[in-house]
Order: sequence, then C-alpha cells, then structure tokens
Amino acid sequence: MTNLLLEWLIKTIIILLILVTAVAYVTLMERKVMAWIQLRVGPNRVGLGKFRLWGLMQPLADGLKMIFKEDIVPGQANYWLYVAAPALSLVPALMTFIVIPYGSEITVFNRTIELHVTRMNVGLLYVLALTSVGVYGIVLAGWSSNNKYSLLGGLRSSAQMISYELALGLSIVCVLLYAGTLDLVDIVNAQSGFHGLAWNIFRYPLLIPVFIIFYIASLAETNRTPFDLPEADSELVAGYHTEYSSMKFVMFQMAEYLNLITASSMTTTLFFGGWNGPSVGRLPFLGPIYFMLKVLALIFLAMWIRYTVPRFRYDQLMRFGWKFLLPAAIVNIIISSTVILLKS
Amino acid sequence: MVNYIPVLFILIIAIGMASVIIIMSRLAGRSRPTREKLMPYECGVEPVGTARERQSVRFYLVAMVFLLFDIEAVFLVPWAAVYRGVLQSETYRSLRFVFYGEMMVFMVVLFVGLIYVWRKGILEWNR
Repeated sequence: MTNLLLEWLIKTIIILLILVTAVAYVTLMERKVMAWIQLRVGPNRVGLGKFRLWGLMQPLADGLKMIFKEDIVPGQANYWLYVAAPALSLVPALMTFIVIPYGSEITVFNRTIELHVTRMNVGLLYVLALTSVGVYGIVLAGWSSNNKYSLLGGLRSSAQMISYELALGLSIVCVLLYAGTLDLVDIVNAQSGFHGLAWNIFRYPLLIPVFIIFYIASLAETNRTPFDLPEADSELVAGYHTEYSSMKFVMFQMAEYLNLITASSMTTTLFFGGWNGPSVGRLPFLGPIYFMLKVLALIFLAMWIRYTVPRFRYDQLMRFGWKFLLPAAIVNIIISSTVILLKS
Repeated sequence: MVNYIPVLFILIIAIGMASVIIIMSRLAGRSRPTREKLMPYECGVEPVGTARERQSVRFYLVAMVFLLFDIEAVFLVPWAAVYRGVLQSETYRSLRFVFYGEMMVFMVVLFVGLIYVWRKGILEWNR
C-alpha cells in the first residue's frame, strides 16, 4: 500500500511538472506558429548567454517578468473572490489530466509501471465535471473585478460554455455507444488492435461527424478563436481578465492553455486511439511519444484555426451552438444507436 | 474507491501551487497603488456608473434551458455505456427493441422540447 501511494504521488508530481512545462512551451509554440502563418519570425532572441536557441528560453523570461510585475487589486473589487477566481480556474484545469492514459506500461528497475496516474470507472464524467467547474473561475473573475468589460466577458463566457457543453456531452454519448465504458484506460485499450491502428475514428466511420462536433464544441469550451467572444479584444479589451495583472493573469493564461491541452488529449483518447500506434505493442516506450505527437498535432490544428478563421458575432455563436450543433449531436446519437441495433 | 486517492493528491498539490503563485506575486512585485491605478479600467476615462448593472434576461433563460437539457444528457450517459453490452447479451435478447425504443421516445421528447424553446424565441439573440 505504501509503495502504491508513493507511486501515485511520484506520478502525480511528474504529470504536474510535465503539464506546467508543456503549458509554457505551448505559449511559445503559439507565438511561433502565429509568426510563421503571418510570415514573421516570432520570438527568437532569448537564449542561454551567447546561444540564441531559437528563442527557447522565452517562456522562462516571460514568467520571471510576470512575477515581478505589480499585483493590483482594484479598489472596488470584491477582494476574496477576486483573489480566488484565478485559482478556481487553474486548479480544475490541472486536475483533469490524472485520468488520461498516455502509455501502456513500462518496466523500470524490475517494477512494472502503468502509464496513467489512476483509472476510475467514471473517468469521462470526471473530466466533464472538472471542465464545468472551470466556468466558475471565469464568471467570478468577471463579476468580482467590478468592471463592465469583465462582467460582460464573464457573462458571455458562461452562456457560451454551457451552450456548447450540451453538444460536447451529447457527442461523448455517441462515443460511449461504441466504447461501452466510461473508463478512459479501457476506451484506449479497446483501440489497440490492427497494429495499433484500430482507432475509433477508423473503425467506426459514423464517428467522423461526431468528431467534428466534438472538436468544434471543445474549441468553444476552451474559448479559442473563432469562439473567443469572452475576451474579444476589439470590443471587451481583454474580457474577464481585464483587471488582472502579474501572476494572477498568468494563472488565467495557464488555465486556458491547460484546457487546450486537455481538450486535445481527450480528442486523442476518444477518437485517435490515445497512445496507440504502429509497433507500440513491442516497444511500449513509443506510447507516450505517439500520444504527444497526436496531441501536438491537434494543438497545432487549433492554432491554425485561430489564425485563419475570423471571430463569430455573439448571436451567430449562440445560433450555431443551439440550432446546429445540438440537433446534429442528437441526430448522431439516433443514427449510431440504430446502426448498432441493426448490426447486433 | 482506492483509485480516487490520486485525486486528493493532485487537489492538494494544485491548490498549494495556486496559493504559492498568488503569494509569490504579492511578495515579489512592487506595490505602489495610486487612486488612478485602483480605478476600474474604462479606456482611461473616469468610470461611468457602476458595473453591478442589471443584465439581459436571456443569459438567465439560457442557463435554465441548459439545466433541463444537461439533465437529459446525463440521463443518456448510463444508457449509452451499457448499450452494446445489453444488445449483445443473450439474456436480454427479447428486450432489445424495448431498450432501444424507450430511449428513442425519450430523444423525441427532448427534440420536441428543443423545438418548443426554439419557437418561443429563447435562442434568438438579436431581438
């Protein structure tokens, strides 16, 4: 039991360290991708001493700069809620990752280690629940700053997130019809056939429209362009984090990028076989590498969309969510369940 | 239940991390507040009125409709999780169409609800 506890503790800490580093470098990746799409160079100066290292030290420099910035709490803000809000959006974002499997199992020092922190039979619901909790941070930040832009950003964000959560949840129901379990580890293991290429999206072609709905809804859930209405800079300054400065602002940014990473990992897990790939059965250490590559590809796709597609207007956004995505998700459930019934 | 212990670990560590970050920025950053700095930001002019204004009732309506549909979505999850298992098992062979049909009736009710909300104009934002 003590061994198991220790293993969990070590895995949790390693996952957290990886996540925090990943978040730092996804911000750099975003700036680089944006720069390349706009035919610029992007951050390329910050390195180690004489070596520039293509700007790889930029996130570190940014972090250090933000720590030493002045931490302002607006005079009429609701102090405790104002301070708690960034934590409320960061903590759930950090917590989701422990149920997502990133490999099968490897043997280190004669000890077999399963490459997922923990597994639970309600893993999928756990992730959904935590992403919903993340809304609170944003709403409270918007309300407690006592700023009109923040308030509008927070309200918009909450309405948008709950609208798209329906489409997200219903498209997950469609995956469940095929997977038959809520345990993410089992969902990924079921996709390991055919040289590790029996991914859900290849095995069940009916999941392709479901994947599109899921991906669009998850972009809206993570407040990414074209759904970044909550922080539409041209009308709301910076949305719900207008009044935030210093590390509190960084916490919102971290939460946002963590949500992007979680959404990409969930897409990978549900549709693209998680850590499965060619010859992963013989070489288990390839698992995390495949997983990382798939997640990075999906993150790149989100960035590509961000710098290609213009932002929605608010009524268009609500109309699209309620009048297109939601009925489409329901129709998909009906089609999938009918097909499964006829095949059985 | 043992599998949930890591949730406790990560909850504690994440809260610890968040508090360390908040305290760190409080200690490291200089603090020289002035009246202008503590004002709500409104593009540089004096703030007009208060931010605790009344909001459009649409946000409330959307939240309510969301609650209704979300409960229905949650109802679908356990059904979907056992769907294939039930269809493939011999024990429930005669009940297959009941199992399928009941949920289809439920989905139709859900759809009718959506159409009702739609016709009532709750989903129209530009009026």
